[in-house]
Amino acid sequence: MTNAIFPSKANDRLLMIFFIIVVLAGPIILAPFGAGYPDLLQRFAIFGIFAIGFNILFGLTGYLSFGHAAFLGVGSYSAVWMLKLLSMNVIPAIILGVVISGLFALVIGYVSLRRSGIYFSILTLAFAQMSYNLAYSVFTPITNGETGLQILLDDPRVLDGGTKPGELPLTNLFGIPMNATQKVEFLGMTLQFNFGFYFCAVILILAFYLSLRIFRSPFGLMLRAVKTNQNRLNYTGVNTRPYTLAAFVISGMYAGLAGSLLASMDPLAGAERMQWTASGEVVLMVILGGAGTLLGPVLGAGFIKYFENIFSKINDNVLHSWFAFMPDGLENVMVTLVHPFVGKGWHLTLGLLFMAIVIFLPGGLMEGFNRIWRKITSKRETATSDTSSDAASTPAE
Amino acid sequence: MSDFKLSRRGLLKTGAVAGAGLATPMFFTSAARAYTNEPTGSTVTLGFNVPQSGPYADEGADELRAYQLAVKHLNGEGDGGMMNTFSSKELKGNGILGKKVEYVTGDTQTKSDAARASAKSMIEKDGAVMITGGSSSGVAIAVQGLCQEAGVIFMAGLTHSNDTTGKDKKANGFRHFFNGYMSGAALAPVLANRYGTDRKAYHLTADYTWGWTQQESIAAATEALGWETVNNVLTPLTATDFSSYIAPVLNSGADVLVLNHYGGNMVNSLTNAVQFGLKDKQVNGKNFEIVVPLYSRLMARGAGENVKGILGSTNWHWSLQDEGSQAFVKSFGQEYGFPPSQAAHTVYCQTLLYADACERAGTFNPCGVAEALEGFDFDGLGNGPTHYRAEDHQCFKDVLVVQGKENPTSEFDLLEVVEVTPRAQVEYAPDHPMFAGGALGECNPGA
Repeated sequence: MTNAIFPSKANDRLLMIFFIIVVLAGPIILAPFGAGYPDLLQRFAIFGIFAIGFNILFGLTGYLSFGHAAFLGVGSYSAVWMLKLLSMNVIPAIILGVVISGLFALVIGYVSLRRSGIYFSILTLAFAQMSYNLAYSVFTPITNGETGLQILLDDPRVLDGGTKPGELPLTNLFGIPMNATQKVEFLGMTLQFNFGFYFCAVILILAFYLSLRIFRSPFGLMLRAVKTNQNRLNYTGVNTRPYTLAAFVISGMYAGLAGSLLASMDPLAGAERMQWTASGEVVLMVILGGAGTLLGPVLGAGFIKYFENIFSKINDNVLHSWFAFMPDGLENVMVTLVHPFVGKGWHLTLGLLFMAIVIFLPGGLMEGFNRIWRKITSKRETATSDTSSDAASTPAE
Repeated sequence: MSDFKLSRRGLLKTGAVAGAGLATPMFFTSAARAYTNEPTGSTVTLGFNVPQSGPYADEGADELRAYQLAVKHLNGEGDGGMMNTFSSKELKGNGILGKKVEYVTGDTQTKSDAARASAKSMIEKDGAVMITGGSSSGVAIAVQGLCQEAGVIFMAGLTHSNDTTGKDKKANGFRHFFNGYMSGAALAPVLANRYGTDRKAYHLTADYTWGWTQQESIAAATEALGWETVNNVLTPLTATDFSSYIAPVLNSGADVLVLNHYGGNMVNSLTNAVQFGLKDKQVNGKNFEIVVPLYSRLMARGAGENVKGILGSTNWHWSLQDEGSQAFVKSFGQEYGFPPSQAAHTVYCQTLLYADACERAGTFNPCGVAEALEGFDFDGLGNGPTHYRAEDHQCFKDVLVVQGKENPTSEFDLLEVVEVTPRAQVEYAPDHPMFAGGALGECNPGA
């Protein structure tokens, strides 16, 4: 038996297996696209977690938070402090990051969730911007302001004891450094299997699994009810606040997890992680991928990070080598034409793509995939076999 | 319903085990290379990491031009620029150690996070053996830390904070540019000479490592000559309107405004200050004065008329008459049609210095290169005899005190050199309190 909200368990199992295989094979799949290097792979996984968490709030309840970067930042700062004070082992850092951002989300959520719709968005945006400014200037002793919080040689690190003098220790998991990388030559490409990425990947898989369980649980159903018609729920005597607050805190903790992972991969935390542009980015990721779908947010996160890191690196030299086969005049014309859309113009390309997707595929990339899938297997599939069409038809309240 | 005998938990376990299994071989990190990104082919890749957006984008664009020019010269194209005047004659125009120089570029966005991500992709994806750039000390320090960790050399670009070679210095990081302390030491005597010794100064300071250390340096140097510091207000780097910061200056009783701002910040704050009529004011019976401790031609052009008569210090200026400067201005001008800025000059020098150090060391190994740079004495790069100090990887050379020209003859002829402060006057001990608290550590070749 399948329906829109609860597909069969076998389907979920297949989805999970598919997800695990794709994530673990990330370095192999992405290498041909020039994205198979550790730093970007780690970012894919980390921002995937961030987007999955955001989707629990936005995709299920329809509450559009415009301040989620604040939790990411709080997670990062807590984690770096743990790395500075306690140990370069990332476990305490991640635990503290998640706990602190959870508490922070509880406070902000408690206040913001008194309103819904645009007022909620503005409240969260205000809180996030406030946190950013505090981190930037007022809390300079804790956050080191614009320079960013970094680990130093003379940090206490009470659990680590003697590190080699004059050498900054590396973040590690029980002694295995996060930057340990195994390089393998394969079909002319260098595949880089990085420990930090696999650490993030395992956490991403766990985070995805947890989100799947939430989507399929009665709690998830209640959250969908909130999105569909909160008034009706209230009139039937259900108090929705605890549900929305729980969703907000869970999604804040996901963001904190992502933030502390960022700090674990690269022990630096800067205030710009909390800026409103960062909050907007996660909204874009989720909408681009498909709000309310399980895989969508991860896809969207990968899409945006790919643009930010690969497209922005394309300079005129690269363009010239692309069009080198053309006659000189034409080559220069092509380079001039393409130039505004690559390199520092990557925002422009991303913006155009985003517009195209929102206009033609309101359900995001997932809707696109589903349409293709339906074309292939047409006839017998019913329109209700995926959750994205349902998400697309009910825009956020 | 399905034939899967696998429970979800079982599946997860399998996933985790598979992950761990894939992770285990990573202890045996490829040992084939002696150091990070050892170039094995016929080319060597350098990473140019500059701000292409944000308040320092102008400087970043000029830096990139200079880098491209340096690569040309290293590869034997063009007229060779300062390679001909450089006191070390190791560079032959055949690349570095016979390998053709290639480069990759990235945008730091003047943000530490983005700069590190960009530098990381250069190291991990493009195989850059040296990273250089940065038009903000916050970024430079963040990237320097990353390069130390990754085991590549970092040749700092335009970074003026004391901390870059002070408490945040790193064994793999080198700075050719001067710093806040040197600005203070060079500027203070000129200020005392021009404006007297009983002045009250009000500081507006960019709120990050560079602003903090430069403000500290200028305040200390001027106070030593009898000035009083009335107030110091920190402004966000991202601010674009400074009116609300300028207004209180009027009623503070101060008669000098020190703008510890750079790039777009300085253009905006100076413009605001002039709009408020500060330049024409009389306070305490003296003319109100504005000082911009770190000056550049790009900023002077941005601020236009407003820079007239305003004092500051700079690392280098294109109007210098020595052989090296002339050669550089000539080849930069031929290439791009206008004279280079100090940012362009310092990054060009850094690229040449790195290439020369590789040649002298006979290797790209960061430890060999570092050894070749440490304590290196050279000349002919536009600043006179210069010394790369081994203790903190800071260059020591003459500092220029400059002033906005009253009657500029062209849109590039905006600054005039008031005084060339000799190197001896701006030198300090490596353990000077403003630079204490850090350690170089040991050079890290990675791998």
